[in-house]
Amino acid sequence: MSKSGTFKSSIGRKIAMALSALFLMIFLIQHLTINITATFSPETFNELSHFMGTNPVVQFIAQPILIFAVVFHFVMGFILEAKNRQARPINYKKNNGAANSSWMSRNMIYSGLVILAFLVLHFIDFWLPEMNYKYIAMNPEDPTRYYEELLHKFHSPIRVGAYVLAFVLLALHLLHGFGSAFQSLGQNNKYIDGLKKFGVIYSILIPLGFIVTAVVLYMNAQ
Amino acid sequence: MNLTLKIWRQKDANSKGKMVDYQISDISGDMSFLEMLDVLNNQLIEKGEEPIAFDHDCREGICGMCSLYINGEAHGPDRGVTTCQLHMRKFKDGDTIYIEPFRAKAFPVVKDLAVDRSAFDRIQHAGGYVSVNTSGNTQDANAIPVQKENADMAFDAATCIGCGACVATCKNSSAMLFVGAKVSQYALLPQGEVEAKERVQNMVKQMDAEGFGNCSNTGACEVECPKGISLENIARMNREYLKATTSTKD
Repeated sequence: MSKSGTFKSSIGRKIAMALSALFLMIFLIQHLTINITATFSPETFNELSHFMGTNPVVQFIAQPILIFAVVFHFVMGFILEAKNRQARPINYKKNNGAANSSWMSRNMIYSGLVILAFLVLHFIDFWLPEMNYKYIAMNPEDPTRYYEELLHKFHSPIRVGAYVLAFVLLALHLLHGFGSAFQSLGQNNKYIDGLKKFGVIYSILIPLGFIVTAVVLYMNAQ
Repeated sequence: MNLTLKIWRQKDANSKGKMVDYQISDISGDMSFLEMLDVLNNQLIEKGEEPIAFDHDCREGICGMCSLYINGEAHGPDRGVTTCQLHMRKFKDGDTIYIEPFRAKAFPVVKDLAVDRSAFDRIQHAGGYVSVNTSGNTQDANAIPVQKENADMAFDAATCIGCGACVATCKNSSAMLFVGAKVSQYALLPQGEVEAKERVQNMVKQMDAEGFGNCSNTGACEVECPKGISLENIARMNREYLKATTSTKD
């Protein structure tokens, strides 16, 4: 088999899925770190947002890599799901999945779809207006605008509710995904138990951080 | 005990099957699940009906021939046993029991509950062996020192009987626990290490060609495996595969 065949095989696809997942999990930490500042220091949030929005390395290198990773993770997820469904053309009349596996592990595609729907909303809320502001309307730079724009978005309880729901689903996705990524990369060794415990903490704390930020911003916006 | 059985009946590989209801009475809790099916088949034969086809051989839990998806679980609700070792005392009087064949594209139904698992044989042929020159001067395998931990892990992997419960229970019909066990049992020993690179690539290639799904790491296979084969074997296979496909040395 050629070396390029690595990612064409079932194991190769799993490894690719895991690598993109690890990248996205690191990104979540970075995103949350900036978000949290909005809850206690609008100035810091503005400064960091301005840096992220204007720094050419972030804008033209990190951002395209991130978008690629997000699209890749979703597309690969759909490809794997389609292949997995083909592997069992006739389903069982009675299947007791709960007897041997977690709900999270069996429903990654559904938690993933909710996260995808959230990302569409999130892009419409923030990314598209930002692109328009900077590159289409060509508005002048304003390093103090970010917090106000953020607060404006969190005025609606429906949007905040949608965000909270999406983060709950993200937590469920991560509760299986974190350990699964390491297993796919072959890291089931003496560190796996510790790693899984860390994964549980990560999977709860990170989405909880996003939820707390959204709720605090909602209260500040009233 | 008296039971209602809902059993998959399918005339042959090309026919469409369906679930058929059967009532059975006076079943002892000491019977094995297969003995209960024997009783049912005797009754069907006496009535002039076609008996239910199901796979079985040793009935001691070591040959890997029996299968059956019982009440939504491979080899039924008990743990660490094959269907032949499942006793009827695990069920209650009046229970309804669903009995279906192992489902996977790669395990086509031959008749009723019997499925063709020769896909596993073809995966084994692709690399599940150690090439040994048996011309008469073969070295005694015991003369090669093996680290105790590795020997234990290899032996644990080698307890896989290839029954296919992992595939049947996996929501993706993935065969990775089986292939992981086979790859591991050789990769962990010096005798198997020599061909480790080609083995893992060829076995995975065959596994994919057979139409098995991908692993989602749900862990269902490990729970339902009658021999308790660990997920560590899948991780080892992934490592072996990554090593084999990314190393520069041929």
